[in-house]
Amino acid sequence: MSLWVDKYRPNSLTKLDYHKAQALHLKNMVQQGDFPHLLVYGPSGAGKKTRIFCLLRELYGPGVERLRLEHMNIQTPSNKKIDITTVSSNYHLEVNPSDAGFHDRVVIQELIKTVAQTHQLDPSGQREFKVVVICEADCLTKDAQHALRRTMEKYVATCRIILVANTISRVIPAIRSRCLGVRVGAPNKEEIINILQSVCRKEGLSLPNELAERIAVQSNGNLRRAILFLETCKVQQYPFQPDQKVASHDWEIYLKDTAKMIVLEQSPQKLLQIRSRLYELMIHGIPSEIIFKGLLQELVKNCDMQLKTQIVEKAAFFEHRIHLGSKPIIHLEAFVASFMAIYKKFMEATVADLF
Amino acid sequence: MQAFLKTGKLSGGQGSSSTTKEKSCSSGVSKKKPSLTPWVEKYRPQTVNDVVEQNDVVQVMRQCLNGADLPNLLFYGPPGTGKTSTILAAARQLFGDIYKDRILELNASDERGIQVIREKVKSFAQFSASSIRPDGRPCPPFKIVILDEADSMTPAAQAALRRTMERESRTTRFCLVCNYVSRIIPPITSRCSKFRFKPLGSELIRERLQLICSEEKVSCGEDAMKCLVETSGGDLRRAITCLQSCSRLKGPGIEIHADDVQEVAGVVPVQWVNGMLEVCHHNNYEMLTEFVDRLMQEGYCVAQLVEQLHEVIVFDNNMTDQQKSLICDKLGVCSFRMQDGGNEYIGLLDLGCTIIRTMKT
Ligand SMILES: Nc1ncnc2c1ncn2[C@@H]1O[C@H](COP(=O)(O)OP(=O)(O)OP(=O)(O)O)[C@@H](O)[C@H]1O
Ligand SMILES: [Mg+2]
Repeated sequence: MSLWVDKYRPNSLTKLDYHKAQALHLKNMVQQGDFPHLLVYGPSGAGKKTRIFCLLRELYGPGVERLRLEHMNIQTPSNKKIDITTVSSNYHLEVNPSDAGFHDRVVIQELIKTVAQTHQLDPSGQREFKVVVICEADCLTKDAQHALRRTMEKYVATCRIILVANTISRVIPAIRSRCLGVRVGAPNKEEIINILQSVCRKEGLSLPNELAERIAVQSNGNLRRAILFLETCKVQQYPFQPDQKVASHDWEIYLKDTAKMIVLEQSPQKLLQIRSRLYELMIHGIPSEIIFKGLLQELVKNCDMQLKTQIVEKAAFFEHRIHLGSKPIIHLEAFVASFMAIYKKFMEATVADLF
Repeated sequence: MQAFLKTGKLSGGQGSSSTTKEKSCSSGVSKKKPSLTPWVEKYRPQTVNDVVEQNDVVQVMRQCLNGADLPNLLFYGPPGTGKTSTILAAARQLFGDIYKDRILELNASDERGIQVIREKVKSFAQFSASSIRPDGRPCPPFKIVILDEADSMTPAAQAALRRTMERESRTTRFCLVCNYVSRIIPPITSRCSKFRFKPLGSELIRERLQLICSEEKVSCGEDAMKCLVETSGGDLRRAITCLQSCSRLKGPGIEIHADDVQEVAGVVPVQWVNGMLEVCHHNNYEMLTEFVDRLMQEGYCVAQLVEQLHEVIVFDNNMTDQQKSLICDKLGVCSFRMQDGGNEYIGLLDLGCTIIRTMKT
C-alpha cells in the first residue's frame, strides 16, 4: 500500500494539474528530440520532481519507471571512502551528491563524468543521450559546481544534466549560463483544493470544501504536505468533519513552544534549556534554516515595528553565519541570546515608562 | 548505477584521450542527426578570427599563428565571453591533427591536486616537441597545457604549478583560464600575460543572435531580441542558450515574444519588483511577510530580485541620496549573504525592514 502522494502522482506531462502551459512547452521541446541542460527550481513540494519524471517518461517511455536503488563506493584522493546511493533506470540516473557532504566534488568528478562519457549503445534506443538528475543542486559546494562546468559542455552530445534546486541564488553564474531555467512555482490555494478533491474522488471519499480549504491554507503551497495532511485526517476521522483538526507535524508544535518559552523568560538558565530543545530538533533532522525561520516567525509576534526590524536584522546576520561555519547550533544559540538581550531591555524600558 | 552503465560502453581512459573522444562522439552524433548539437556548441568559434570583441588576445594569437613565440597566458573574465573557445580554437589551428599530442587540457572536472600537477604535467612536458608537423607544415616547437577553470584550483596546487611552469618553460606553455583573477596566486599571475575578456557589447550579441536566427529559421520579434540582449548582460552563451530554449519550448515556426524570453531568463516580472517597494510604503510588518511569502512560493530567484531592485532604486526620483545609499548598502549585504547560502526568506525580510525604516525618515 503506497501513500496517496505516490499513488496519485501524475506520470505524463499532459496529466499535470497546474502550470499547464509550461507542461505543454516542455512537451513541445521533447518532441523536437532535443533539449539543453535544465535547471529546475522552485519551493519544496511544488512538484519539481514529478514534472521531471513526466518529462523523462515522455522522453524514454515507460522504461524509466523500472527503477533500481544502488549503492556506490567512491574513493576520495585522500583515500577516504564515501558511500553514495543512486536511483537509476536504463535511461537515467538520479543522485544527490550533497549526501557526501563536502566531498561532493569527488562524486561529480568520478560518478557524473563516468556516466557522461558513457555512450548510449543500443542503436534502437529512442535517444542519443542519457539524463543525469542531480538533486539539491543548490547545496553543492562551489568546488563541485565548478567541476560540472566543462563536463556539461564536453559531453553534451551523450548526456544531459537536470539540476533540481529550491533556489538558484546559490548556483554559480557559470552554471546558470549553461542551463535552461525552468521555474516551478507552488500551486495556489484553488489548485491545491482541486487536487485534494480529485484524490478523494478517486478514493471514493467525500471531502467537505471547508476542510479542503483549511488543509490548503495550512500546507502553505506545499502540495506534498497538503496530501499527507489529507491522508492523516482520513486516518484520524472519517467521515470527514468540516471543522476537523488538521494536525501539523510534531516538530512544528515543539518549535513553536520553544519560541514561546524564549518570550516568557530571558535568563542564562532558560538559554540552557532552549539549547537542549534546539539540539533535539536538529537530531530529528530539521534543517537549521527551518528552525531559524520558525523561531523568527514566533518571536516577533509581540514586538513593535522597531523591535521587529532589529530582530530580523539579527536573524539574517546569524543565519548567514551558519553557512560560513560548521556548527549551526552555535549561531542558533547566539541568535536566541541576542533576542533575549534585546527583548529584556525593551521590556524593562516599557515597565520603567509605566511608573 | 552498474546496470545503468551496462547499457552503454565506457570509452577509454581520461585525460588526453578525452579530447579525441570529444571530437569523435560529437561529430558522430552530428552526422546522424545534425540538429542535436546545441547551438552554443554548433556556433562555437572554430578559428581565432571568429572570436568577436576580444581584440587584444586575438591579436596575440594571430601573431603566434604566424610563427611568433607564445608567452604563458592567463585569460580571465565573466562566463560566456569566449575564453575556452579562444584557446581551443587557437590550439586546433596551431597543431591540426597532432592536437592531442600537444595539448593537455585539465579542467575543474579533473582531479588537480598537487600530485597530479607534478606528475601528469611533468610526464606530458618531458619530451621536447618538434617544429614540423607530420604533414610537413611547420608548427610551434612547444606543447600547451590548458588549465581551464583555474579559479577552483587550491592555492597549494597553484603553488606547485609555479615550479613546474619554470622548469618546463623550454618545451611547454601554460594557459590558465578563470572567471576571477583574484583567486589566482600572485606568483602565477606575474608569470603570465594577462588578458581580460570583456562582456560582449550588445551590438555584437545582437548580430550573432540574428545570424543564428536566420540559420536556424527562428522568428524572433524585435522586442524579444531586445530582451535577449538585455538579459544576457554580455554573456553570449546565456543569450544563445536562452534563444534556443525559447524556440524549442515554443515549437518550430512560432514567433518568440519578450515575455517568453523573460521567463526563460529568470527575470523577476516588474510588478513584483515594484510590489516590493510599494508594500514597504505601508510600514506594516504583516503585509511585508505576506508579500515575501507569496514571492517565495512563486519560486522567483531572490538574488535576481535584489539585482533588479538595485536598478530601480538607483534611478528612483523620489528618494533622497541618503535613503538610496542606506538601502543600497543593505542590498549589497543581502546579495553577499545569499551567495554564501543565506536563507532567502530571512534575507528578504531584513531588506524589507530596512527599506521601511529608511522611507520613514
Ligand atoms: N567572443 C566570442 N566570440 C564568438 N562566440 C562567443 C564569444 N564568446 C562566447 N561565445 C559563444 O559562447 C559560447 C561559450 O563560450 P566559452 O565556452 O568560450 O565561454 P567561457 O568564457 O569559457 O565561459 P566560462 O567562464 O563559463 O567557462 C561559445 O560556444 C560561443 O558560442
Ligand atoms: Mg570555459
